[in-house]
Amino acid sequence: MSSLRAYIITRFLMVIPTVIILLTLVFLILRIIPGDPITSMVGQKVPEEVLERLRHEAGLDKPYHIQYIEYLTGVFTGNLGKSMIWGKRPVIAEIMDHFPATLELTIFGFVLSVLLGIITGSIAAFRRGSKTDSGMRIYSIIAYTLFIPWFGMLLQMLFGVYLELLPIGGRITPGNSPETITGLYVLDSILTLNLTSLMDALSHLALPSLTLGIVLSGAYTRLVRNNLIDVLSQDFIRAYRARGVRERKVIFHAMKNAFIPVVTLMGLQFAILLAGAVLTESTFSWPGMGTFLIERIEYRDYTAVQGAIVFYAMFVALISLVVDVIYALLDPRIRY
Amino acid sequence: MLLEVENLTTLFRTKRGIIRAVDNVSLSLEKGDFISIVGESGCGKSTLAYSIIRLIDSPGEIAGGKIYFDGKELTSLSEEKMRKVRGKEIGMVFQDPMTSLDPLEKIGDQITETLMEHIDVTKKEAWQIAREMLEKVGLPPDRVESYPHQLSGGQRQRVVIAMAVSLNPKLLIADEPTTALDVIVQEKIMDLLNEMRKEGRAIMLITHDFALAAERSDRIAVMYAGWIIEMGDADRLTKEPMHPYTRGLIESVPDVWVDREIKPLPGFPPDLAKPPEGCRFRPRCPLATEKCMKEPPGVDVDGRYVKCWLFEVK
Repeated sequence: MSSLRAYIITRFLMVIPTVIILLTLVFLILRIIPGDPITSMVGQKVPEEVLERLRHEAGLDKPYHIQYIEYLTGVFTGNLGKSMIWGKRPVIAEIMDHFPATLELTIFGFVLSVLLGIITGSIAAFRRGSKTDSGMRIYSIIAYTLFIPWFGMLLQMLFGVYLELLPIGGRITPGNSPETITGLYVLDSILTLNLTSLMDALSHLALPSLTLGIVLSGAYTRLVRNNLIDVLSQDFIRAYRARGVRERKVIFHAMKNAFIPVVTLMGLQFAILLAGAVLTESTFSWPGMGTFLIERIEYRDYTAVQGAIVFYAMFVALISLVVDVIYALLDPRIRY
Repeated sequence: MLLEVENLTTLFRTKRGIIRAVDNVSLSLEKGDFISIVGESGCGKSTLAYSIIRLIDSPGEIAGGKIYFDGKELTSLSEEKMRKVRGKEIGMVFQDPMTSLDPLEKIGDQITETLMEHIDVTKKEAWQIAREMLEKVGLPPDRVESYPHQLSGGQRQRVVIAMAVSLNPKLLIADEPTTALDVIVQEKIMDLLNEMRKEGRAIMLITHDFALAAERSDRIAVMYAGWIIEMGDADRLTKEPMHPYTRGLIESVPDVWVDREIKPLPGFPPDLAKPPEGCRFRPRCPLATEKCMKEPPGVDVDGRYVKCWLFEVK
C-alpha cells in the first residue's frame, strides 16, 4: 500500500498548479470587471479623498503584480486574508459559516442522484427493450437537460404553493436551528436528539436536494443501464449461472462490475454538483457557499471570492482523490 | 445411461423468424464416456450444450424433447432444482478463460462461492478445498489469493476446470475449451480434461476442431445446421466417414504428415431461419439426388448413426 501513499501525495502535489492557475484567472477576472469593493460598498457619491483613503487601507492602491504576489504568499502560508467589505472578517471564518449548508445540500443531492440513477438504470437494464426501458431512457435525457432554476421553481410551485407541503426556501425555520456541533443541521439534530429541528431541516432540504438529485441522476441512469447490459452479457455471468450460483448473487456480481465506471462518474460529477449547488442555492435562498459567492462577486469582495475558489478547488481535489482510492479498492486491476 | 437426450429441439424466436438451432437431436452418454460434438460455427453445438444445463437466454427456448440425466428429467425440473444440478452434477468449462472469470473476485472467492452454494461446508473448509483443487489442476495452491488478471490464459483455464470439477460432477461439458489458447497450452488443457475423465466423469467436448476430437474422444457426433448428421466411434468415423458432409469436413482439414490437397467444402451453411427444403446439406452436397428434397431418415448402420438418404435401409 506504500505505492498508494505515494500516489496520494503526488495527487495532492498536483493540486498546487491547478490552484495557482485558477487563482490567477480569478484574480485577473475580478480586476478586469468594472467596479471595486470600495465603490460597491460605500457608493459613488462619496468624496474622492475618502475613496482613496479606503482603497489605501485595503491595499488596493498597490500595483496589481504586488497585490498578486502578496495574495499568493498569503494563500500558501494558509492565510486567505480578510474580507474587504462590512465586518472585514477573516475569509476562512466566512467560508466556515456557509460551507456546512452547501455540504449538507451537496451530500443529500449527491446521494439522491446516485440512488435514482442506479435504480432507474438497473430497471432499464433488466427490462431491456421494453416500454419501461424506453421510459427510463427518456427520463435520463430529460433529467440531464433540465435547467436547475426552472425545475426548482416548478417544484416550489407544486409542493410549496399548491400543495403547501414543503417550504420553498431557507435552510430552517428561524428558532428551530439545532445546537451547532458540525454545522450540518440534520447531523446536529440527530446528535442532540432534537426531533423538531430534524424534521424542520429535512423538510427544507427536500426540494433543493430533489432538484439537484433529479438533474444529476440522468447521467447515472444512462451509465448504469449501459454498463449493466454490457456486464450481464459477459461470459463470467453465464459462468456463475452455469455453476449453480443463485440468481441474487449473480446480480450482485453484475452490479459490482457495472458499478466501477459509475464511481469514476461520481468523481467527475462532484465538480458539476458544486456548480449545480450554486444555482440550486440561489433558487431556494439556501445560505450556502453558492449564495455567498454570488453576493461577494457583486460586491467585488476580491479576497472572499478568491478564498472561496481556493476552497472549492481543494475540496474537489480531495473528493476526486477519495473516489480514486475507492476505485482502487473496488477493482483489483487498478494499482498505483 | 448417464445422459440421454431425446428429440431435443431448441428454438430462437427472432424478428427474422424461428431459428431451429437444435432440431430433433438425440444422443446418449455413458459414465466415463468422452464424446465430441463437432461442427462449424452456428451449427447448434453450443446451443445443444447450453440446452442440457438449461441456460438458453431469451428469445431462445427448449421447445421439445426430453433430457434424462442420472435419473432426472431436466426439462421439467423447477428452476431451483435445476440450479442445484448446475455446477454440482454437471460442470461447465467455457471457451474464453479471459472472460469467463469475474475480474473483481479472487480465484479463491470464486471457487468457494460455488462450493458453498451447493454443499454444507464452512468458509475455512471451502478455502481448503479450493487450494486442493488448484493443486489438482497443476497450479500452486496459493493462487487462491490471485485475481484473474494476474494469471495467464492457460492458468485461467485451469482455474475454470478446477471450478468445474470442484463439486465432483458426473458430467463435464467443455465448450471449445482450447480455442482461445495457444497449441502447447491446448495440449496440456486436453491432458487435464482427460485426467478428469479417468476419474470416472463423462466428458462432452464441443469443438470445431475435427482433428482434436478425433485424437481425444471415444465418440464423435457431427452437427450440421441443427442436426446431428453422423455419430459413432471416433476412429471409425474418422477413417471411414459415411455422410458426405463428414467426408468433406475431413478432407478440408490439413494434415502435415500426409501430402494431399486440401479440399475446402464449397458454399456456406444455410440460414437457419430459412433452411433449405429436405436435407439441409443438399445445396452443398456433391451426391444430392431428387430424394434429398425430403428430410432424410436417421438410420443405424452397423452401430453408427447417419442421417442421409444414401444409407436408407432398403
